[in-house]
Amino acid sequence: MSDATGHKTSLLEPDARTKARNAAERRFRLMGLSAVGLGVLALVVLLSSVLGNGLSAFQQTSISLTIPLDEKKLDKSGKRDPAVMAKVTTVGYGKLIQEALKDMLAEAGVDDGGLKPKELMGLLSKEAAADLRDRVLADPSLVGTTLSFNAMANGRVDGFFKGRVTLKSAERDANITPEQLQLAQRMADAGLIKTGFNWAFLTNPDASELRPESAGLGVAILGSAYMMLIVLVLSLPIGVAASIYLEELAPKNRWTDLIEINIANLAAVPSIVFGILALALFINFLGLPQSAPIVGGLVLTLMTLPTIIIATRASLKSVPQGVRDAALGVGASKMQAIFHHVLPLAMPGILTGTILGLARALGESAPLLLIGMVAFVKDYPASPPQGFFDPASALPVQVYSWTQRADPAFAERASGAIIVLMLFLLTMNAVAIILRRRFERRW
Amino acid sequence: MNDMRLTERAVTEKAKMSARGVQVHYGTNHALKDVDVDILDKTVTAFIGPSGCGKSTFLRCLNRMNDTVASARVTGKIEMDGQDIYDPRVDPVQLRAKVGMVFQKPNPFPKSIYDNVAYGPKIHGLTRTKAELDEVVESSLRKAALWNEVKDRLAAPGTGLSGGQQQRLCIARAVATSPEVLLMDEPCSALDPIATAQVEELIDELRAQFSVVIVTHSMQQAARVSQRTAFFHLGSLVEYGETGTIFTSPRDPRTESYITGRIG
Repeated sequence: MSDATGHKTSLLEPDARTKARNAAERRFRLMGLSAVGLGVLALVVLLSSVLGNGLSAFQQTSISLTIPLDEKKLDKSGKRDPAVMAKVTTVGYGKLIQEALKDMLAEAGVDDGGLKPKELMGLLSKEAAADLRDRVLADPSLVGTTLSFNAMANGRVDGFFKGRVTLKSAERDANITPEQLQLAQRMADAGLIKTGFNWAFLTNPDASELRPESAGLGVAILGSAYMMLIVLVLSLPIGVAASIYLEELAPKNRWTDLIEINIANLAAVPSIVFGILALALFINFLGLPQSAPIVGGLVLTLMTLPTIIIATRASLKSVPQGVRDAALGVGASKMQAIFHHVLPLAMPGILTGTILGLARALGESAPLLLIGMVAFVKDYPASPPQGFFDPASALPVQVYSWTQRADPAFAERASGAIIVLMLFLLTMNAVAIILRRRFERRW
Repeated sequence: MNDMRLTERAVTEKAKMSARGVQVHYGTNHALKDVDVDILDKTVTAFIGPSGCGKSTFLRCLNRMNDTVASARVTGKIEMDGQDIYDPRVDPVQLRAKVGMVFQKPNPFPKSIYDNVAYGPKIHGLTRTKAELDEVVESSLRKAALWNEVKDRLAAPGTGLSGGQQQRLCIARAVATSPEVLLMDEPCSALDPIATAQVEELIDELRAQFSVVIVTHSMQQAARVSQRTAFFHLGSLVEYGETGTIFTSPRDPRTESYITGRIG
């Protein structure tokens, strides 16, 4: 064997060219490996930051109180008429809670540190009195009994047990004093303050700036679920039907080419542009209500359609022509060939595209800001279909609005909301994988 | 072998399908020029010729599969039992139930063997009960000489069979709709010699029930299975006649060149 110069070369000794080629391959492998490594590192940092900040949102400190519901104070008439009982405001209930708290400290022999009643109440969430009042008004027969009531601790006390608030930071804090925190510590030592799973975080509506402890994702989860329902019901049939028409039935001419280019372009349009479109079309022109899941669902449908159409067309295209020929050859009509043979084979791809589109829609916040879903919504939307028109929030928008608030307790809540959002996405992807497996014949 | 068939042939001289002046254009490409052919009933007709000569194009005209090609334009007249199959009143779906087709590449549906064969009868409503359908499936698989190999695994996927078995499954699928004409587009080009022999034997048996039109690249195959042969060259029908005559004393010098291997 000889090289271009005519010299004999040995197989045992790589020549310069081979060495250079092998070196190039090694360099490329190294670059690929470092790219993957960088990606994994970024993911680890992201997850650990979100989990580190957000996991504590799923824990909540609370104080278990035994409250005698005195008829004289709550229902003087004795008729248990909620309309009359509503005259007693949260101030009245607050006094009941305050007494119960004092009694509990005395009974357990915990020194109250000479704190004033108002400071004592500062240990509890401002939401506690309203909670108690709601419970009593919902069930007037409770009056006259002794109720065991779990009152949420104040956000600062909660933060103290999670390490966010320290005695030192409390000195400069207008909302809490070191003395209050020391009392909270004594109460915890006596077993009066407990920490448990924070169901309220998943069910409560949003709360005001001053009550981070009672802020929850209930309305946002409902709003997001309603919107996903609308997106799924609208975009899957419309998207699949449009793809089947364009791919299998439409004549190939300049018009269908134009449509194809426009669909590809629509998939790349920034989502905020869809928000402006929705604002102009659905709210200003059609007069649909602001902040409503129906509008959010419609705009997310518009956004998801191109993704679904592109994915569906690609998977229809990948079905071998032989299958269509075979079906037509035995005398199936075009529709039968599509629905009996082509569509089942394309199903895994269609489902993957749909779930990807839905996942993108679930995490979308920009267009929702423009249609007013960022508003503070305290009331749960009704059940569908009426609920589609009620104001609601959405998970990504809730994250956005919580990160804007001053209290660090909301930063924890925002990370917690991100975890919930990611769990939803994981669930959707898992569903996609399971559906794929079911539709994917192994032949 | 052909000489033996010369005697059998005389029974059927009735034309099942007849084509007159058929022209096919793909866009600006003139793929088929002025073809006149009579397909006889209960006869095997072979189309031979070099690649791109238009024989497959003509075959696909016979069951209007060319309708699915957007750029294809077919003119001329093709009649089946005296009825124009390109008449606007004809639904190609109904035509294809009568004119079955087997493709070059075995293309069973990604379903079970049973469902592959049962699909045609099902969509055409040929059977009323499950028992009838079972019967049709069995007899079709028997006709395709596949029954003994698959009778114990009818629920197994059709795509899991070997290439030759898949092609026979496709033949069974085409036979199941009881067609009057069976078109075969190079059915053995993807098969080994043993599977080819099985399919050829099958074609000979199927001839008893309907006419078979087969496109093939192998002149030996044409000589073995067919009674009539058409030679296509550059989009034109050069010569059409009894297989024995075409191979022993062709009239056209181009036919002679092709069968002796000088052009192609």
